[in-house]
Amino acid sequence: MSNENSDNKVNGVSRRAVLAGGTALTASLFMPKNLRAQDFATADINTTGLAVTDDTVTIGILHSVTGTMAISETGSVQAEKLAIEQINAQGGILGRKIEYIQEDGASDWPTFAEKARKLLVNDKVASVMGCWTSASRKAVLPVFEQHNGFLYYPTFYEGLEQSPNVIYTGQEATQQIIAGLDWVNQTKGAKSFYLLGSDYIWPRTSNKIARKHIENFMEDCKVVGEEYYPLGHTQFNSVINKIRLRKPDVIYAIVVGGSNVAFYKQLKAAGIDPTEEGPIVLTISVTEDEIRGIGGENIEGSYACMKYFQSLENENNIAFVKAFKEMWGEDIVIGDVTQAAYLGPWLWKAAVEKAGSFDVDKVREASPGIELTTAPEGYVKVHENHHLWSKTRVGRAQADGQYEVVFETAELVEPDPFPEGYQ
Amino acid sequence: MFADYSMSELGAIFAMQGFAGLILFSVFVLMALGLAIIFGQMGVINMAHGEFMILGAYVTYLTSNVFADYMPALFGTYFFVAMLLAFLASGALGLLVEWSLIRHLYKRPLDTLLATWGLSLILQQTYRSVFGAREVGVSIPDWMMGSLPLTDLIEIPINGIFVMVLAVSISAAVYVMMFRSTWGKQVRAINQNRVMAGAVGINTEWTDRLTFGIGCGVAGVAGSAFTMIGSTGPTAGQLYIVDTFLVVVFGGAGSLLGTIASAFSISQAQSIMEFFLSGSMAKVLTLLVVVGILMIRPQGLFSLKLRK
Amino acid sequence: MQSSAFMSRKEIIGFAILAALIFLVLPAVLDNFRLNLFGKYLTYAFVAVGLALCWGAGGILSLGQGVFFGLGGYCMAMFLKLEASTPENTAIQSTPGIPDFMDWNQLTELPWWWEPFYSLPLALLAVVAVPVMFAFVIGVAMFTRRVGGVYFAIITQAFAAIMTILIIGQQGYTGGVNGITDLRTLMGWDIRTDEAKTILYFVNGALLFAVLLIAQYVRKSKLGRLLIAMRDQEDRVRFSGYNVANFKIFIFCLGAAFAGIGGAMFTLQVGFMSPTLVGIVPSIEMVIFCAVGGRLSILGAVYGALLVNWAKTSLSESFPELWLLGLGGLFIAVVMFFPNGLAGVWSEKIEPRLLALFSKKKPDTSAPDGAPAE
Repeated sequence: MSNENSDNKVNGVSRRAVLAGGTALTASLFMPKNLRAQDFATADINTTGLAVTDDTVTIGILHSVTGTMAISETGSVQAEKLAIEQINAQGGILGRKIEYIQEDGASDWPTFAEKARKLLVNDKVASVMGCWTSASRKAVLPVFEQHNGFLYYPTFYEGLEQSPNVIYTGQEATQQIIAGLDWVNQTKGAKSFYLLGSDYIWPRTSNKIARKHIENFMEDCKVVGEEYYPLGHTQFNSVINKIRLRKPDVIYAIVVGGSNVAFYKQLKAAGIDPTEEGPIVLTISVTEDEIRGIGGENIEGSYACMKYFQSLENENNIAFVKAFKEMWGEDIVIGDVTQAAYLGPWLWKAAVEKAGSFDVDKVREASPGIELTTAPEGYVKVHENHHLWSKTRVGRAQADGQYEVVFETAELVEPDPFPEGYQ
Repeated sequence: MFADYSMSELGAIFAMQGFAGLILFSVFVLMALGLAIIFGQMGVINMAHGEFMILGAYVTYLTSNVFADYMPALFGTYFFVAMLLAFLASGALGLLVEWSLIRHLYKRPLDTLLATWGLSLILQQTYRSVFGAREVGVSIPDWMMGSLPLTDLIEIPINGIFVMVLAVSISAAVYVMMFRSTWGKQVRAINQNRVMAGAVGINTEWTDRLTFGIGCGVAGVAGSAFTMIGSTGPTAGQLYIVDTFLVVVFGGAGSLLGTIASAFSISQAQSIMEFFLSGSMAKVLTLLVVVGILMIRPQGLFSLKLRK
Repeated sequence: MQSSAFMSRKEIIGFAILAALIFLVLPAVLDNFRLNLFGKYLTYAFVAVGLALCWGAGGILSLGQGVFFGLGGYCMAMFLKLEASTPENTAIQSTPGIPDFMDWNQLTELPWWWEPFYSLPLALLAVVAVPVMFAFVIGVAMFTRRVGGVYFAIITQAFAAIMTILIIGQQGYTGGVNGITDLRTLMGWDIRTDEAKTILYFVNGALLFAVLLIAQYVRKSKLGRLLIAMRDQEDRVRFSGYNVANFKIFIFCLGAAFAGIGGAMFTLQVGFMSPTLVGIVPSIEMVIFCAVGGRLSILGAVYGALLVNWAKTSLSESFPELWLLGLGGLFIAVVMFFPNGLAGVWSEKIEPRLLALFSKKKPDTSAPDGAPAE
C-alpha cells in the first residue's frame, strides 16, 4: 500500500491521477502504442452499427447506485471510471476516446434487464461493464445473448455458467474456495469445518463445493454443520451457540451485506475472537469494502480467501492504489471486486486492439488468450471459457481494515466453472 | 444430536441459548416500543420507523467521531451521550413530521401508511447523499465489547447485557410516563375518546405531537443501541420493519404489556427454532405461526377492545 | 348521479380515450424499446385495477398484492422454463431435462408439483387459480373474523415477507433469489424477439381491457354498490342482512386474479420472474400506482401505473440519485394534496371546465363515488 501523501488531494477526476496511473501502465504494455484514429476507418472497425464515431466509442456502465446493492457496487463503478479515464489519457482505443453511459440497476433485477436492453438497443454501446449479484447477471444474460452485447462481469460468483457474451473478471467458485481450504488444512491443521452462509445461490453453491472438497479430497476432514440465514438477518447468537457446541476448527462464513456486520460484531461479543486461540474464521465474502462497515476491530484476525488485496506490494498495485485514491479520495478502500471491475475496460481494450475491430463477434474471438501484465493483482490471462486465470491469496484482517497477505498460490489457478466431481 | 456431549456442556449451551433468546427479546422490545406508542395510542402506522432508528444510529456514529477527535479521554462514555442525542434528534424529527404531515391525516389511517412510506424513501436517499451509500463503521468503546465469562463454559456477551438493561429501563420509563405522568393520562384519555378528552380541556393536538415525538425518540435510542450488534447504512432500517410491526400487532395495539408479551413469545419461539432448524426455516416458521395465530385471534394477545 | 346502465356516456369516452392511447398513440410514437417498456408497465396496471376495486371501492388495503402478482408470474415462468429445459438444451447438466437451477441444487428429478406445468392449459388455469386460492384462504380467515383496515394491511405485508423468504430459501424448487430466468419460447414461439414483444404488448392491452370491463361490470352491479356501502358503513350493511365477509372475500379474490394475470404477462414480456417482485417494496409500489391514478377510478389506476413507471424509468435514467426523493415526494403529495389521485384532479378540476367550455349545461361536479372512507 502506498504511504505517500499526495499534495493535491482532490475529489473527482484529477488529471494527475490519470496520468500517474497511465504512465505506470504504459510502461509494460505489450500493445502497439500510439494508435491513431485515422489509421482505422470507422466503417471497417464497426460493421454492426455500434456507437462508434471517428473519435469516440461509447460503452455502458450498469450498476446499482440506489437500493441495497449500492453499498457494494459503488466501488466497481469507481474502478471502471478510473480505467476509462486512464485509457483515454493514453489515447483511447484504436484512437478513439471512450465515452460511457451510466445506468442505474437500482438493486432490482427487472430494472437491470430493462437498462441492459436500453444500452444495447437504444444506445448501441460497444460493450458493458456491469452487474454485481448473480441475480442481476442472470436477468441481463438473455438480453445480452439476444442482442449480441458484450458484458464484463466483475464479481466472484458461483460458476455454473459460461456465456459467449460475458467475460467473467472475478473468480468462479473453485478458484476462490479450494486453495483456501487446502491452505487452512495444511498450515493450520484444521480438520473440522462449520459452513455458514446467507441464504441464496452463491453461498449455497460455494458451500456445496467446499463440502465436496472437504469430504472427498481432504484427508480425515469433515463438515460439522451447515446453516443458512435469510438475507438481511441480524441476529446470530443462536448459530454462534451451535458453533460452540460443535467446536469446529474452522468457521467458514459466506455471510453478505448488512448481515455481515451483525455476524462479526456478535461473534466477537460472544467471545470468539479470531486473534486468540479458538476456531479459525475463514471467509470468502468480506473484502476491504465490507470491513469499513464491520469495523476492523471486530473482524481482526479473520482470514479471507480472495485473488486481490489492497495491500499487495507489486508495482502495478501501488500505482493503481495511488491513482484510485487521487481520483476518489484518500479515505477510499479497494476490495477484490473493485479490482476485478478495473480489469474490465483494460481487457476489452486489449481484445479490441487484438481484433482490430469493435465488432462483438471479433472481440469475442480475440478474447481468449488475452494477457494483462499490468493488472493490479499481477498477471492475468483470459481462458477459453471466458474466465480469468488468476492467483488465489489468503489474507488476515488487521485492525486498520486492511488484509495482511499470508499466502498466495505459486501458479495461476485455472478457472473451472463446471468442476467435475463437485456437482 | 446431543449424544456426544456431557451434561455440563449441554447445560452451558442451553443456558447461553436461553440468554440468546433474552437478547433477541430485548432487541424486539427496543424495536417495537416506539412503534407501539405511536401505533397503539394514536392508530398511526409509521412506516418510516426503521429510518428513525437509523437516524439514531447515524447520530451515534457522528458522536463517536466527535469524541474520538476532540475528547479521546472520554471515549468510553460517549455512548450515553450518543443515546441522549439520538433520542433528541429522532424526537425532533418526529415532532416536525407530525406537524407537517401526520396531523393532516389522522382521519385516514391507511393514508398515513403511504405518506410515511414516502417519507422513509426520502430519508433513505438523504442518508445516502449525506453519509454515502456504504455502511459506516461505528466504533464501540472497548468496555462494551467482548464477553463476560460466568463459568468456564458460559460466556455472556456484554453488548447483550447492555441491550437487555436498556430494554428494561426504557420499558420502565415508558411505563411510568404512560401510567403515572399527566401526559400519559392525557394520551390514554384521548385514545379512549378524543372528543371528550378535548372537551375536558386536554390539548389533543399538542399531546398527539408529543406522543409521536416520544415514539420516534425511543426508536432513535433503539437505533443507537443497535450499532453494537448490527449495521448502519441507508437501507438498514428496512430490515427491522416487518418484525417490528408483527410484534406490535401480535401484542394487540393499545397494550404496551401486550407488546412486551408478544416480543417475548416471538423471540423465544424464533430462538428455540433457530437452534434446532436452519435459520431460514426458523424465520419462515416463526412468521407463519404468528400470522396463523393472528388469523384466529386478530385482536392480538392483549387488547382493550376489538378493532374493526 | 350514476346511471344504472353498464357505462355512462362519460365512461364510454374514458374507455375510448384509453383504448386510443394504448392501441394507437403509444405504438405510433414510441420506438420498439420504449413500447416494450410500456408493455411491462401495463402488466402492473392489472394489479392497480384490482387494487382500485379492493381498496378504492371495498376499503380493503392489501400490501401483499406482490404475492399474487408473483404467484401468477411464477406459474407462467414454470411452464416456460419446462419448455426451455428440453434434454437437448440441457445436455451439459448431470440430469438433462430438468430446469438448470434444479440441477445446480442436486435435484435429480422434477418435483411432482412441477409436473402439471408441462401443460399450457393447466398452467394458464394455475395463473388465475393459484393466486385466487391463496387469496381465498387469507380472505376467509381474515374477513370472517372481521379483520380489516390497518391490521389487514400489515398481515398481508407479512405474507409478502414470508413468501420472499420462502422462495429464496427453497431455491432447488423455485430458482431462489435469481428467480426463474432464461425463458425462451411459448409453444415454440420465440418470445424474445422484438416482434414477439410488440405482439405481447397488444395482447397485454387487450387483456387489460377485458379486466377493465369485468371491473366496470362489478362496479356497476349491485355488488359494487354494496362494496361502497360497506366501505363507508360496514355495520349498517351487516345489519341490513348482508354477509359482509363474503363480498369482501369475493372482491379480494378478484383483485388477486387480476394480479395473477398481470404477473403472467410480466413473465412473458420481461422473460423472467424473480422474488424481487413478490416482496414488501414492490407490493407497496403497486399501491402507489393505484393511489396516484386515483384509488376510486379503475381507469385512473391504469394511468397511475403507466405514469409512475414512466417517471421512474426516465428519472432514474437522467438523475438516478434523485429518483427516491422524487418517488417519496410523490407518495406524500398524492396523499396530502390529491387523495383522489389523477382521476380526482380530472373529475374535480379539469372536466368541469371542459364541460363548461363545450356545453351550456351546468356540469355535474360530484366525484364518481364520493370521497374515500374517512
